[in-house]
Amino acid sequence: MIAYIADTDATAGSGRAAYTLGPLAAGPTCCEPRPQISVENLTLAYDGRAALKEVSLDIFRGCVTALIGPSGCGKTSFLSSLNRLSDLIPGCEVEGRILFDGQNIHDQLTNVRALRRRVGMIFQRPNPFPLSIRRNLEMPLKEHGVQRRADLDAAVWRSLVDVGLWEEVRDRLDAPALALSGGQQQRLCIARAIALQPDVLLMDEPCSALDPVSSTIVEDLIASLRGGYTIVIATHNLAQARRVANYAGFFWVKDRAGVLIEFDHCQRIFDSPRHELTAAYVSGRRG
Amino acid sequence: MLPTPSLRDALYGFGICIAALLVAAIFFWLLADLAWQGVGRLDWTFLTTPPRNAGRDGGLAPILVSTSLIILVAMSVAAPLGVATAIFLSEFTPAGGRLARWMSLSLDVLAGTPSIVFGLFGGAFFCVFLGLGFSILSGGLTLACMALPILIRTVESGLRSSPIEWRLGAAALDLSRATLLWHVLLPAAAPSLAAGLSLGIGRAVAETAALIFTSGYVDRMPSSLFDSGRALSVHIYDLTMNVSGGDANAYASALVLIAFLIAANSLAFWFSNRIFGRRMARA
Ligand SMILES: Nc1ncnc2c1ncn2[C@@H]1O[C@H](COP(=O)(O)OP(=O)(O)OP(=O)(O)O)[C@@H](O)[C@H]1O
Ligand SMILES: [Mg+2]
Repeated sequence: MIAYIADTDATAGSGRAAYTLGPLAAGPTCCEPRPQISVENLTLAYDGRAALKEVSLDIFRGCVTALIGPSGCGKTSFLSSLNRLSDLIPGCEVEGRILFDGQNIHDQLTNVRALRRRVGMIFQRPNPFPLSIRRNLEMPLKEHGVQRRADLDAAVWRSLVDVGLWEEVRDRLDAPALALSGGQQQRLCIARAIALQPDVLLMDEPCSALDPVSSTIVEDLIASLRGGYTIVIATHNLAQARRVANYAGFFWVKDRAGVLIEFDHCQRIFDSPRHELTAAYVSGRRG
Repeated sequence: MLPTPSLRDALYGFGICIAALLVAAIFFWLLADLAWQGVGRLDWTFLTTPPRNAGRDGGLAPILVSTSLIILVAMSVAAPLGVATAIFLSEFTPAGGRLARWMSLSLDVLAGTPSIVFGLFGGAFFCVFLGLGFSILSGGLTLACMALPILIRTVESGLRSSPIEWRLGAAALDLSRATLLWHVLLPAAAPSLAAGLSLGIGRAVAETAALIFTSGYVDRMPSSLFDSGRALSVHIYDLTMNVSGGDANAYASALVLIAFLIAANSLAFWFSNRIFGRRMARA
């Protein structure tokens, strides 16, 4: 339960100010701050070049945590290290500790597949499989043991309704998913992830391809998932972060590597940031 | 002075059209020549009767059967082996790794190896060492060896070119490797499988040198895969080189060969679409 703030003086070495996060002043009480994921000193490099340096933060159970920061500050990289998807990216190396429910995910004993089953991910660019809409949703469900036709149909219906796609595709479920518009594809991907009912949802700019209406639907969805799911959302849309998130982490690029500048209650990040960079960024003076 | 952009465009367009027309013209000239000289002989009896008088008269029936059998053997061995090898190369060996480099180098060398070398190898290995003798089986297996390199390379590049987003997406959904391959990657690679198969078949149907040493030139109707059988290309070769007065039938046979090639290619596309493509819904 540590809020984090980087040195305000960039040259001052490694001393850092830490203080205890108090209870949320206002906002949903669903958030008893128990960390589901604890990231400690995470450093991530591509081909030897650091993209993230010594990031430490806690992601609280049942809460929405927003990651904000300029393009290239490592939000996507951070998310992909949480479910060890970074393992699959050629040249990507991760150092530091990530505890998921207290267990180090880089441990020999950790079952990566079990980890990924509990963590759903929505990618920055929609990536439906080149299959029909229905099979995009059914294939993962079948893989995870849902076999009965009635169950499959119900899950497909439920998840499409949740992302507000049902009315748009109900009469063409067997049409190719790639024929959908970009925003529809992204919502299909969200549906595909939540159909599996993971514990944690990593959302990498889920709304960047969406119109305001579907954006609102997704935001409402996030709000309705809060409490039951732990959600980490990377976003460039500060207003959105402010609306949906309980906690927020602000990343910045320092010496060409992404660093965490400040992590705190969302409200504090936006209303009373401690670090000057955060203040400049959230007020739109820099970024 | 430089010509204006629109004039430059027109010039480019003109040049490209000329090149395309030239290529098409060569092909049509060839086809017209064949048709002109061969079509007189071509009728139903030509396709359904055995050759007589060393091929000067009569038809092609046993030769068509032998050719089909040889290609069938070749493709039913090459397709599964080729796809499996391609999967191994693209999914289980790192792209820049030593094994992948060596495999692709040797495949490229094999793909460019003259067919006569394959003929000698097939004759020594399948006919003599494995004791299959001059037979349709030996010929088909030899052709499979010839078609494999091209097939593997095309399917492999088809698999490798699938976007990494699909792989990451599948991993994030905890799909197994087999599911990803079978339901996503292979269907998406179906067109390259078809291309590989038709290239392989093309090489096989056109093959003469490798078959003379392996399936032989007996022009009787084969009664099993262990019989020697004469392929169409061998027949054409024999008619033009060894049989005086066989030219007319050689042209007719060549025409049949081209029809055969077109049919075999369509079949390859149909087959690969049927196996993998039906799951695939293209945009
Ligand atoms: N696969 C990769 N190979 C090499 N470098 C990469 C790779 N992916 C990201 N990077 C680099 O890592 C840094 C962080 O990238 P990342 O995608 O995590 O940023 P981001 O915060 O998600 O940016 P955006 O807001 O634009 O999505 C960037 O400098 C980027 O160039
Ligand atoms: Mg990103």
